[in-house]
Amino acid sequence: MRNNALKIKRITLLAMFTSLAIVLSYVEMLLMAQLQLVAPTVFLPAVKMGLPNIVIILILYRLGIKEASVVSLVRLILSTLLFGTITGFWYSLAGSVLSLLVMGILKKMDRFSSVGVSVAGAVMHNIGQMIVAVILLQTSEIVYYMIILAITGIIGGVFVGLCGALLHKRLEKMKM
Amino acid sequence: MEEQAKKRKIKNDIILVAALLTVILIVGAFVLIFRKEGNMVKVTVDGQVFGTYSLNKNQTVEIKTEKGYNLLVIENGKAYVKEASCPDGICSSDKPISYTGESIICLPNKVVVSIENGDGTNNGNNGGIDIVS
Repeated sequence: MRNNALKIKRITLLAMFTSLAIVLSYVEMLLMAQLQLVAPTVFLPAVKMGLPNIVIILILYRLGIKEASVVSLVRLILSTLLFGTITGFWYSLAGSVLSLLVMGILKKMDRFSSVGVSVAGAVMHNIGQMIVAVILLQTSEIVYYMIILAITGIIGGVFVGLCGALLHKRLEKMKM
Repeated sequence: MEEQAKKRKIKNDIILVAALLTVILIVGAFVLIFRKEGNMVKVTVDGQVFGTYSLNKNQTVEIKTEKGYNLLVIENGKAYVKEASCPDGICSSDKPISYTGESIICLPNKVVVSIENGDGTNNGNNGGIDIVS
């Protein structure tokens, strides 16, 4: 009985986190669309802050890499169905898998705080995207794009890492 | 002890970010220093070469495939996409390109427009002005 109750609690928690991540992807989409109108040269179409990753970092630190991977992939599939494209899906999938892998390893190494883990995840996400771009487009002439992506990725990664750490601390204090 | 470990982690974080930024800046500097004005525009659709065009001749190229439609304009040694059938129209808001290796990419239509420095003979005159920066 007790085991079952725990299981249900866990499933509910993960579902809640997933929906939170989806809402954040939507908020981010609206936000980036506005920013692209303001400064199209900096906010390239693939430039994202990675708001949903706040949730992923939080799960990574509260529950673990397995749970973070599940939520990340479910979020990716659902947000693609809701407001994405299939090409975008492959880019994000490669980025997500690569960044989850590296974040899991770095967290286990315990050498970096959540900010470092998040930055590494962001950069690996960009690298994953670039690999898909090279495969899909059969071109390697995207260095310019990559440089801007990497810089904004690092900034976004720092922001996400700080938010994740803050939330983690607060939730721990609230004994949730 | 805990406090010390935390401090070390933050230090590691800063080192990581600094290292990544340095690598990016070095790569960026290399790209900027070694870039050259190209003289050819190569258009590929889904990895297949659609055509190459001279940058020295003003012209417009219609890239019509089953995936969609893009209108490429070559003007005063620079190339840009003027119109596109894709819903986001990102490629048509890109800045004109003229340096070797620069490219405009339309993901929905799988069109890549890139600048090259070749002796392609498809379309137009190569004997024109060769600008070396």
